[in-house]
Amino acid sequence: MTPRPIHTPNRPPAVIAIVLFAIAVITYWDASQMTTRAAYGMSASAASYFVALLFAVLAVGHLVSAFKPSNVEVEVADWKAVGWIGLALCGLIGSIWLGGGFILGSTLLFALTAHAFGRRAFLVDLCLGAAIGVFVFLLFNKLLTLALPQGPLEKLF
Amino acid sequence: MDSISFLIEGFALAIQPANLIYAAIGVMIGTAVGVLPGIGPALTVALLLPVTFKLDPGGSIIMFAGIYYGGMYGGSTTAILLNTPGESASVVTALEGNKMARSGRGGPALATAAIGSFVAALIATLGLAFLAPILVKVAVKFGPWDYFGLMLIAFVTVSATFGSSPMRGLTSLAFGLWLGLMGIDQLTGQARLTFGVPELLDGVEVTTLAVGLFAIGEAFLVASRHLHKPEKPIPVKGSIWMTKEDWGRSWKPWLRGTVLGFPIGALPAGGAEIPTFLSYNIERRLSRKPQEFGQGAIEGVAGPEAANNASAAGTLVPLLTLGLPTSATAAVMLAGFQQYNIQPGPLLFTQHADLVWGLVASLFIANVMLLVLNLPLVGMWVKLLKIPLPWLYAGILVFASMGTIAANPSVVELLLLTGFGVIGFLMRRYDYPIAPAVVGLILGPLADNALRRSLQMSLGDPMILFQHPSSAIMIAIATIALIAPFIFRGLSRFQHDED
Repeated sequence: MTPRPIHTPNRPPAVIAIVLFAIAVITYWDASQMTTRAAYGMSASAASYFVALLFAVLAVGHLVSAFKPSNVEVEVADWKAVGWIGLALCGLIGSIWLGGGFILGSTLLFALTAHAFGRRAFLVDLCLGAAIGVFVFLLFNKLLTLALPQGPLEKLF
Repeated sequence: MDSISFLIEGFALAIQPANLIYAAIGVMIGTAVGVLPGIGPALTVALLLPVTFKLDPGGSIIMFAGIYYGGMYGGSTTAILLNTPGESASVVTALEGNKMARSGRGGPALATAAIGSFVAALIATLGLAFLAPILVKVAVKFGPWDYFGLMLIAFVTVSATFGSSPMRGLTSLAFGLWLGLMGIDQLTGQARLTFGVPELLDGVEVTTLAVGLFAIGEAFLVASRHLHKPEKPIPVKGSIWMTKEDWGRSWKPWLRGTVLGFPIGALPAGGAEIPTFLSYNIERRLSRKPQEFGQGAIEGVAGPEAANNASAAGTLVPLLTLGLPTSATAAVMLAGFQQYNIQPGPLLFTQHADLVWGLVASLFIANVMLLVLNLPLVGMWVKLLKIPLPWLYAGILVFASMGTIAANPSVVELLLLTGFGVIGFLMRRYDYPIAPAVVGLILGPLADNALRRSLQMSLGDPMILFQHPSSAIMIAIATIALIAPFIFRGLSRFQHDED
C-alpha cells in the first residue's frame, strides 16, 4: 500500500472523466442515427439520450473530483504480470480465431497465466494445461453436448 | 395455508432421486468453487452456469440452489482460514473467524459458521416460502409504472450502498445501463450501439459481463500485486466440534443475525453487507466478553454468518416474486433463470408453480446436505486452498473462458470477455464497485420497457407515473435516496464493497 506521491496531479479521475464524456458523445451520436420513431410515447432513442446525459453528468462529477485531493490509495501494480495475462487471453483468442481449437487455446491460456503468477516451469504447465483442456473438452462436448470450438486436435476425439 | 401444500408438492419433486443427485452435485461443486480464494457466490454461480446449460430446467435450477448455498458456505470457510473473503459479506466473518483460526480455534469457528448458516437459512427459507405468495398477490396488480418505480429504487440503492462513494456506484451503474442499451430494441427493432458488429445485435450476455468483471478482473488484480502479498491457509488444529460454552455463546447470535438479515435482504436495498455489519456491532455490544472482540470472539462469527445467509435467502424474495435482483449474486441467478426462458416475477408462481416450489424445497434440502456433508469434509475443502495460486488462477481463467464460448462460440464474445476483464481490473484498482454494472445490465432494458409500456398506455403522457400513488411514492423514495447522500455526506456510513 504505497500512497501516490502528492506532487503528481490527480490524474485517474481526469482520465475517467474524458472516457465518460467520450462514451456520452458516442451514445448521443448513435441515438441521433436512430430514425424510426414511436407512434406515441417514448421512442427507442430516448433511453440512449438518457444514458448519454447520465454519462455527461458523471464526467462533470469526475472532473470536479479531479481537482480535489484524492481519497483513494492506488497500489503499486506489477504491470508485467498483467501483461502476461493479457498475452494468455490473446493466446486463446488467437487460437480460436485461427482455427487452432479450444484445447490448444486453453493450453496456452493456462501456461501463460501460470507464468504471469510467477511459475517458471513452463513445460509442466503446458502439459497440465493440455490435460485440463482435453478433460474439459470431453466433459463439455461429449457429456453436456455443448459445442466448443474445434481445431485439428479436437477432431481426434 | 397455501404455502404448506405447495411446499409439500415442492418436496415431492425435490426428493426424487435424480433431483437429490442434482442438489448434491450442486452443493459439492458450489462449495468447492466457493472455497477457492477470491471467488464469492456471485462468481461461483456465474462460472458454473454453463455446466447447467443443457440439463432440464427443473434439475438445473435445483442444482443452482445447491451451488448458491454451497458457494456461500465455501466463502465463509475461506474467510476463516485464509483471511481472503471472497465477497464483502464475509468480510466481517474474516475479522473474528481468522483470529480464531490463528489462535487454534479454527474448528469451532467453522462449526459455528456452518451451523449458524444452517439455522439462518432454514428460518429464512421458511420466511421466503410464506412471504413470497403474499408478495405475489400484491405484485400481480402491479402495472408497468410500478415496476419502473421499483427498478428506480433498485438502481439507486444498489449504486448508493455499494462502493466508496455514490458517484463511483453511479458510474458503475451507468456502465451497466450503457451495455444494456446494446442490441436490437425489442419494441421497434432498431439496433442500438452495435457499431455494425452483428454479434452485438443480441446484446451483451449477463454471464459474459459477470465472469469478465469478477473472474478475469480478479485474476488481473491478484497478478498485479501477488508479489507483495503471499498468503497461506491456517491449518485446522484440534477438535472441530464446539464446546458447550461455544454453543451457549452462539445460539442467540444465530437467531439475532437471522432476524436482521432476512428483512434487509428482502428489501430492494442491496446486498448482505449491511446486516452483517449490523450484526457484528450488536453482538459486540451484547457479548458477555466484549474484550474478546478483535481477538477471535465466537459471537462475531456466529451472528454475521447467520445474517449473511439469511439475507441471501431474503434476496430471493424480490428476485422470485418481482424479478428484481438486488445483489450481484441475485443478478447472476436471474441470468440463470433467463437461460431457460424463465422470467422470474409474479407470473412465475402461476406458470411454473412446480418449479418455484421445487426450488424452495431444494433450498431446504441443499441446506441440510451442506450441514451433513461439509463439517466432516472440511479437511477436504482445506486441501483445495493449498492449490498453488498460479494453477488456481490459470484454471479459473480456462474455466471462465470455456463457459463463455460454450454458451456462445464466437471470438467477439471472447474479446468482450477480455475487455470486461480489463475494465473489471481497472474498476477494482480505482475502487469502483462492480455489482451495480451487472444489475444495470439486467435491469436497464427492463426499466426501459416498463417505462415505454407505461407511456404507450397513457398515450405519451409522462404524468401516468405520478397519477398512481404506488409508483409516485416509489419514484419519490428513489429520488430521495439518490439526492440524500450528496446532501448529507456524513450520513453514508455504510460504505462497503460489492458482493
